[in-house]
Amino acid sequence: MASPSAPRGPGRPTGPVRTPYYVLAGGLAVLFLFPLLWSAWASVAPAPGTSQDSGYGLGNYRALLEYDAGLWRYLANSAVVSLLTVAVTLTVSLLGGYAFARFDFPGKNLLFLLTLAILMVPYATLLIPLYVLLGMAGMQNSLIGLSLVLAVFQLPFATFMMRISFEAVPRELEESALVDGCGTFRALARIMTPAVKPGLITVGLFAFLAAWNDFIAPLILISDSSKAPLPLAVATLRQQSMGAIDYGATEAGVTVLAVPCLLLFLLLQRHYVRGFMSGALKG
Amino acid sequence: MPTRAADPPTRARAAGPKAAARTDPGRRPPWWRTRTAKGIGYATPTAAFVAVLFVLPLLLVGRMSASDWPLLTGYQSLNLPDNYTELADGDLLWPAVRFTLLYTAVTTVLLIGIALLLALLVQEARPGVGFLRTAYFLPSVLGLASASLLFWGFYSPSAGPIAALPQRLGLTDEPVSFLGTPTAALLSTVGLVVWKFAGFYMLILLVGLQSIGHDVYEAARIDGASRRQTFRHITLPLLRPSLALTLVLSVTGSLLAFDQFFVLTKGGPDNSTVTVVQLIYREAFQRLDLGTAAALSVLVLLALLILNAAQFRGLRRSDES
Repeated sequence: MASPSAPRGPGRPTGPVRTPYYVLAGGLAVLFLFPLLWSAWASVAPAPGTSQDSGYGLGNYRALLEYDAGLWRYLANSAVVSLLTVAVTLTVSLLGGYAFARFDFPGKNLLFLLTLAILMVPYATLLIPLYVLLGMAGMQNSLIGLSLVLAVFQLPFATFMMRISFEAVPRELEESALVDGCGTFRALARIMTPAVKPGLITVGLFAFLAAWNDFIAPLILISDSSKAPLPLAVATLRQQSMGAIDYGATEAGVTVLAVPCLLLFLLLQRHYVRGFMSGALKG
Repeated sequence: MPTRAADPPTRARAAGPKAAARTDPGRRPPWWRTRTAKGIGYATPTAAFVAVLFVLPLLLVGRMSASDWPLLTGYQSLNLPDNYTELADGDLLWPAVRFTLLYTAVTTVLLIGIALLLALLVQEARPGVGFLRTAYFLPSVLGLASASLLFWGFYSPSAGPIAALPQRLGLTDEPVSFLGTPTAALLSTVGLVVWKFAGFYMLILLVGLQSIGHDVYEAARIDGASRRQTFRHITLPLLRPSLALTLVLSVTGSLLAFDQFFVLTKGGPDNSTVTVVQLIYREAFQRLDLGTAAALSVLVLLALLILNAAQFRGLRRSDES
């Protein structure tokens, strides 16, 4: 009905400043931020049954440092797996994207469709045969094996992203390099790779976050607890102490897990949203 | 001399096409220097990864599903269709299927509804809207397992900030039990998932909202459409592709739910929150039977393929309309 303010279409560049709007939107913001803030607070706050029983401090983090193989070990496992996944994903999708965007060869469309088909197959259904395959290859409990598996599941997005990135580079740029006597590999290394850098950053960011946060793949592929990445280690930590559940150390672990994700997001927001829009437009 | 004049072409022919290509830039290069060969070269790592870590396991899971394959001893013999009949006759599969479908329905409705509300709240530029967008989106950058661990503490009656609140205010006799009953455990998990993913879905819908031109709204305004009419007859139909995408993502993601139940409810209480993927894990690593785990994997794969095909058709139809 006739509202006091003139009827406005949503999508107008500016909206008026109104109290009910801010109560609702601000209330929701509090709901979304509160668990995150609580987790950080609970990791340093005093609580009975934790390693921080009086006064604020880093007792829960010290407990994590001493838990089983130690926080540093789990952090190193996570870092190795994440960086290896990023390196493999970037290398394979850079070469593959170049091939799909700039070359013609028999089976090209089939291979591209097959790569995208990885998206259609549920992750969990492939982990059982991958567990057997890695075992046959002598790679059970191997961080390298885990990274290769994680990289495969990044390939559909990464290959798609790198293909459209290469397709957006003007052909003249590459041709001038080829005329100057560069081979295609030199042209790729010197001219094309800098031109697709934003695509590479997006692919690398997503591969890192996926590998850093993945839970089910290490759960199935890694049984040696000293090889566990951090999410798996934190999840087992709380299952082990059956009698007295240590929520403090768990929330400290959650905080350690969350901080790199939050930092990367805040630093690379632009690339984050871009990658995700190309994913959204694809649909 | 006539013989010398005829000499160079003869020699070139005798030396074969490779030598000719090297001396004569106009001729065909050897096969390994053609652009076709180079394309194959650059695509080889992709092909190797896809073949070894995607196609091969896909074939293997089919083979395993038809075999007696204990975790500890490996392949024993072909036993088709024992693994499938064992699953169908067992009393674990159907409760897991029912629960997974229920969880998918509840999650999808709530998630898309709340994401749409958030997107509508932050679509206009006004003071503070950047902060609001970031606040809603921030939980999405966490991993699902991390978020589940966070809420495992957050919901706990002893350590969490909210479970004991009603008791302290004198409203109830006991702390609220977020994971104590099947219904509570389901709703608490949905709460965690909505918290974790709503901002992500909001962003998808926001992209859709912002692609609707101002002129469409302007025309509706001139025609005297109310805000509700504008939303119902302009925003929603034009947002359909984005809504369809969130639907596809939410349905497939929820049907494959694992982390949140493994970490938060551990399938409890009384195995009331065991999802299908969790059952795959239990068959393989608690019952130590990779054969039935593989059979269940194949069934999940088939279900997802059928669903994807149906959704793809639906999407195409909505594109055409």
